[in-house]
Amino acid sequence: MKIRTLAGSVALVALTGMATWADPAEDKLVINGEIEMITHTEKAPDYIEGLSEQYSGWHFRDADTRDMERDDFDNPGMLAVDAAKEVWNTADGTEGKSCASCHGEPESLRGVRAVMPKFNEAKGEMYTLEMYINDCRTERMGAEAWGWNDADMVNMTALISYVSRGIPMNVAIDGPAAPYWEKGKEMYYTRYGQLELSCANCHEDNYGNYIRADHLSQGQINGFPTYRLKNARLNSIHSRFKGCIRDTRAETFKEGSPEFIALEVYVASRGNGLSVEGPSVRN
Amino acid sequence: MKRQTIWGLALTASFASAAMAEIAPGDVVYDEYGAVAQSLTGQPGDPARGAEIVSNKSKGNCVACHQVSALPDVPFQGNIGPALDGAGDRWSEAQLRGIVADAKKTFEGTIMPSFYKTGPYIRPGDGFTGKAPKGDLPPLLSAQEVEDVVAYLMTLKE
Ligand code: HEC
Ligand code: HEC
Ligand code: HEC
Repeated sequence: MKIRTLAGSVALVALTGMATWADPAEDKLVINGEIEMITHTEKAPDYIEGLSEQYSGWHFRDADTRDMERDDFDNPGMLAVDAAKEVWNTADGTEGKSCASCHGEPESLRGVRAVMPKFNEAKGEMYTLEMYINDCRTERMGAEAWGWNDADMVNMTALISYVSRGIPMNVAIDGPAAPYWEKGKEMYYTRYGQLELSCANCHEDNYGNYIRADHLSQGQINGFPTYRLKNARLNSIHSRFKGCIRDTRAETFKEGSPEFIALEVYVASRGNGLSVEGPSVRN
Repeated sequence: MKRQTIWGLALTASFASAAMAEIAPGDVVYDEYGAVAQSLTGQPGDPARGAEIVSNKSKGNCVACHQVSALPDVPFQGNIGPALDGAGDRWSEAQLRGIVADAKKTFEGTIMPSFYKTGPYIRPGDGFTGKAPKGDLPPLLSAQEVEDVVAYLMTLKE
């Protein structure tokens, strides 16, 4: 009893003492001087019990990294968008078709990223953006499926995010999505690995704090794919999930696994209301 | 009264332990507040080695979450937990041993990892490889490493 209170008060003093230098940066993101981004909301959706406010990961990066996202000329992720535009217009597969043959301009997919993942009625299962893209390739173009982390795939998700920038994330969690959301939520609070850490331990209880050199964000996915200065390439949502679980000294899950699809539904919903921001810049 | 008995036990233990094998993770005796009176090895801890384990990324990596002013050369100290400055004043050796061995027995539900435990875990991995381990996992720190860390923490006085 005595011990509990003592430690409690010590921890509290430490936390409040740190708050000033550990808070998310107060800043506003406007891209190219015209796209106003919602990177912070005063109130998270009611179904996200553990968060009062929402922050994009952008707020937790240093000033230089934040600046790289203000102008597309400074955003290294834009090279991927350009590469994807070329692929978009290039015929591939037995049908001799390109994405453009059916979809016209990439802008025709504006808004799509904001509602992914979504339940695919025709297939009767939850679909991520990657799965929709691969269905078009294999079933409509007669082309080979791309691997989850292939440059072509991640670049294409960057292009499809790019045409939705600024639109608030709005992933459905009810109806056929409900069981996926529940499963993802359970995973979010599961303490995996030998370090016994859940996503919530780091990204809900401790965002704003430092774990070694890393300024912890809320682990939102509105900014994906993210260009990371650390590995100098674009990173998919599932490869980030994989790395975070691995870092708890756990046996991780695979990209595209049913577990990560469910987790993506839940994590995406934690960001409902934040702008689609991909391709974003992180460290 | 209670304290007296615990100290008594500790004393007997440390006399007996020279001849004893180290205490396995499953056999550690925690009191109701999570403290561990008996040394895990019977050998005194080495505070210098303890300081290394506290700082080392692939060992205790305590500085990932805690600041330690006495280690100014260790970069990037985190602030998930309270600073460890003065830990040797705030806690007894037995309490510190309990916190390092399995902090969840002192602070219910804490984010702090359990360093002298072998399970049960949910999907344990082989270090940071992301793969399943081949055999049984050793605890994050050995019995002597726990003692070294405790000895170091006892030097942190204000
Ligand atoms: C032969 C025509 C065709 C080609 C070629 C094609 N698609 Fe599609 N695509 C479709 C149709 C049809 C749909 C389903 C539209 C619907 O159900 O509303 C679709 C759906 C999609 C969706 C999901 C949209 C949504 O709102 O759910 C994405 C993303 C997509 N395509 C991307 C691509 C990409 C990227 C390529 C090139 C690699 C491509 N498509 C090539 C016809 C095509
Ligand atoms: C030990 C702490 C820890 C745990 C546990 C953890 N993460 Fe992370 N995560 C980090 C760190 C550190 C970063 C990089 C800095 C940041 O953005 O927080 C990060 C980054 C992320 C990002 C990128 C955010 C962005 O804007 O670029 C996502 C998404 C994410 N984590 C999701 C998860 C999910 C989902 C889980 C649970 C499966 C999880 N994390 C578990 C530490 C953790
Ligand atoms: C993942 C983060 C994390 C790591 C790693 C970690 N701790 Fe902790 N520790 C905490 C937190 C949080 C608390 C506060 C207790 C609570 O949860 O209420 C704590 C509490 C403590 C306390 C009691 C605090 C006080 O009042 O002085 C000590 C001592 C301590 N830790 C030592 C260590 C040592 C030694 C290591 C490395 C072997 C370590 N910790 C590793 C998070 C961590």
